[in-house]
Amino acid sequence: MKQIFAIILLLIMGWFLLGLVPLGQPTEPGVVAQHYISQGVQENRGANLVTSVIVNYRGFDTLGEVTVLFLSVAGAGFVLRRREGIERRVNRPSSEILQTGARMLFAPIVIFGAYIFVHGHLSPGGGFQGGAVVASAVMLLLLADRGHHLPHGFMHWLESMVGFTYVMVGLAGLVIAGSFLSNQGVLPLGTWNRLFSGGVIPIIYTLVGLKVGTELSSLLDTMIDTGRPDHADNSEGGTS
Amino acid sequence: MNALTPATLYLVTAILLILIGLAGALVRRNLLKMVLGFALVDTGIHLLIAALGSNPNKSAPILNKESLLGDPSLILDPVPQALVLTAIVIGIGVTALMLAYVIRLFAMRQSLDIRDFGRLKW
Repeated sequence: MKQIFAIILLLIMGWFLLGLVPLGQPTEPGVVAQHYISQGVQENRGANLVTSVIVNYRGFDTLGEVTVLFLSVAGAGFVLRRREGIERRVNRPSSEILQTGARMLFAPIVIFGAYIFVHGHLSPGGGFQGGAVVASAVMLLLLADRGHHLPHGFMHWLESMVGFTYVMVGLAGLVIAGSFLSNQGVLPLGTWNRLFSGGVIPIIYTLVGLKVGTELSSLLDTMIDTGRPDHADNSEGGTS
Repeated sequence: MNALTPATLYLVTAILLILIGLAGALVRRNLLKMVLGFALVDTGIHLLIAALGSNPNKSAPILNKESLLGDPSLILDPVPQALVLTAIVIGIGVTALMLAYVIRLFAMRQSLDIRDFGRLKW
């Protein structure tokens, strides 16, 4: 009975969704998007317009978004905090191939992630993507070495400092150019399509990359930690 | 319906993904599958927004060639892509939080069935 209701509901919803969507004809950019397209490069000297929109025009929203990500990670950490009720799995140490591979691949993956977030204003990618790549390297490390613990103190310190610096860069824009997170006059804009260009955009995106990387890493650590046996009987786990 | 252009295909796929995800969240009893359903809705919405801004005749909004600088009509709308980028990150956060709740609920009752958690139902 309930399933029939669900199917009817979905059919109605699908009908309205199909009616909402302009099938066939591509949409044209609106007024604001036209401004971004025609003036974006002159105003920011960043080649990647999506980055310009996220970090500069809507930089305030990105600050909020990083906060939302932090809140969800903090919420997950809070929910998973107490461990006495969690079923303990008996972990075998991970295989030799995984351990060797993780040791070999960890540094290149982190460097690749850093490359992605440093070049966010030039090519596809940016802080969020690069941060996710860095977190994937940390996940490989955690899977390979079950006894490994992330340095929580350092991670929290880095995350807080990065968030603090983001707000400070925004306040510098407020003092110098009169609007929060402004890009005009805070740093020289540089030449278009060079690594050192775009004013504060690469700096903010690097900060976002570090913040997303540390947040997702601590999230993975929390989630893996809950399925881990007690550290006392984990003598085989830490092999490296 | 018009001819089947790639954009139409993306939109129809996106709507199907949203509906499949909602069906999973409504009909399934396993908490993990419900979370998976919400993740599918998320993916469908991302595809929908990105497909709304897509146009096969225009270039991606990355102006790294001289030839792209002059003519604004060659460039895609960057706003949907920026929105999707934002939405993906929030989606990851929400999914992670839901999975954390599932882990806690499983620890409480040793069960993933939604019918075992009906105490607050009215």
